[in-house]
Amino acid sequence: MLDIILKGNVHKYGSNVNTDEIIPARYLNTTDHATLAKHCMEDIDKNFVKNVKPGDIIVAENNFGCGSSREHAPISIKAIGVSAVIAYSFARIFFRNSINIGLPILESEEAVKSIKNGEEIEINLNKGTIYNITKNKTYQSHSFPEFMQKIIRAGGLLEYIKK
Amino acid sequence: MGSTISEKILAVHCRKKTVEPGEFIEPKVDTALINDVTAPLAIKEFRKSEAKKVFDKNKITLVMDHFTPNKDILSAEHVKLAREFAKEHKIKHYFEGGNVGVEHAILPEKGIALPGDIIIGADSHTCTYGALGAFSTGVGSTDIAATMITGKIWFKVPNSIKFILKGKLNKWVSGKDIILYIISLIGVDGALYNSMEFAGPICKKLNMADRFTIANMAIEAGGKNGIFTPDEITEKYVIKKAIRKYKFYESDKDAIYLKTYEIDCSKILPQVALPFLPSNAKAVKDIKKTYIDQVVIGSCTNGRIEDLRIAASVIKKGKKINPNVRAIIIPATPATYSQALKERLLKIFIDAGSIVSAPTCGPCLGGHMGILASGEKCVSTTNRNFIGRMGHVQSQVFLANPAVAAASAIKGYIATPDEIK
Repeated sequence: MLDIILKGNVHKYGSNVNTDEIIPARYLNTTDHATLAKHCMEDIDKNFVKNVKPGDIIVAENNFGCGSSREHAPISIKAIGVSAVIAYSFARIFFRNSINIGLPILESEEAVKSIKNGEEIEINLNKGTIYNITKNKTYQSHSFPEFMQKIIRAGGLLEYIKK
Repeated sequence: MGSTISEKILAVHCRKKTVEPGEFIEPKVDTALINDVTAPLAIKEFRKSEAKKVFDKNKITLVMDHFTPNKDILSAEHVKLAREFAKEHKIKHYFEGGNVGVEHAILPEKGIALPGDIIIGADSHTCTYGALGAFSTGVGSTDIAATMITGKIWFKVPNSIKFILKGKLNKWVSGKDIILYIISLIGVDGALYNSMEFAGPICKKLNMADRFTIANMAIEAGGKNGIFTPDEITEKYVIKKAIRKYKFYESDKDAIYLKTYEIDCSKILPQVALPFLPSNAKAVKDIKKTYIDQVVIGSCTNGRIEDLRIAASVIKKGKKINPNVRAIIIPATPATYSQALKERLLKIFIDAGSIVSAPTCGPCLGGHMGILASGEKCVSTTNRNFIGRMGHVQSQVFLANPAVAAASAIKGYIATPDEIK
């Protein structure tokens, strides 16, 4: 199996980035991925959409994605081309939504503490390693429990339940 | 080694004797809930899977509550999609238009959410039903799509944290103040991934409305669920409403808890959570004078008849809403609206100069029916005060109980009812 490598520049945020900030409710009258992408992170960082490039990675502190159950939040992040989110911890509904829709998320306190905004990093999803290209430094994230790996390998929850 | 109430309910639903925290399980679900915001994604995923039918037409509930009455063409299209899906699959519990109320108020009222159940909903405040002694939690739309096919959900069994509520309740202190106080103590991720179990002598003094408010906001501390042990107050509430059999569970005396907090309720005074996190709660008397532009009394947190009675009793005392304030009162369900009409509460609200709205989630999530402009401040009985939650990114929401919200509407600044002469 080929290793999945994700590479991009970092957009860094603090703790408790909530789903209202990721995608405000005024855009919840649509499920169109392109529209949701256009407003991603709008209420926390209005320049995010302008600055982000395909493959870029969001890095945040505690409790990323807290608040509502709206799947529109991870969808907007994935649809704008963000390849992964790294945090100390994730809010639980955001966590399961990301697994279910196939947005890679990693927990690593060591990586979050060290990585600065704008640095270039590379993630090896199979190994769970995060390589900081700017700093030439490698961090390890926790690997997912086997049950979740099954969902991820199947390509999302609905593919998993078909089996 | 004993089990907690949450562990017992989870174990029964996967036909196991016991479950352990950290274990992955796929229990059966008694009710799967979606609303007008989360249904479209779930229905799209369901259709993509090429499933022909839902697992049980009686165990899926659709509540079109967030943007009702439909605020624009896009939201009307979403409701149309959900309505057609409900008709196609003969879904029994479908609420729209004149039948719709805020989902977490209407499910208990209709006896759809019951003690001992596992209830999942694509809405984060699904944890509300823990007040009945059910295991209930919020999930995503894709989760609901999968459950609509299989009747099951995947969970990691949570650890439990126990909150022993002791002491006595001060004047104007309600379930809202207790939960805001707890969140301010442990933080917005203080119960992350864990079950919050509420126990102690104060529980017997809390009516179902207060218990719903407390369980409702478990998610604001990151909790997977919030749960009360059902008792005679629960029994009285559900006995005439239940649409099927239900069962009471309780934690064993030797159940294992990750942590136990003793909460001395005597120390809790009426609270207000300052922007921009529910954990920023302080006693109203300890904050600086804050003038406001709007008050919202309603939502799945505090839109029940008991909440409206308290608000009306305060407004009656003060007679007129402050001319600088828009006071928006939103009964959570049609039955609540009707009861408030019967008890002449709506007349008190309207005569005092408030706006009485149809049941809706509306302004709570910045949907419609009371959106804030830049710089505006609102005292709200809802559950979140995040940046931009009720409108402009530079507006502010202050969370409080219905008595404080009503008193603030009269005074024009954040106040307790004791400040009304």
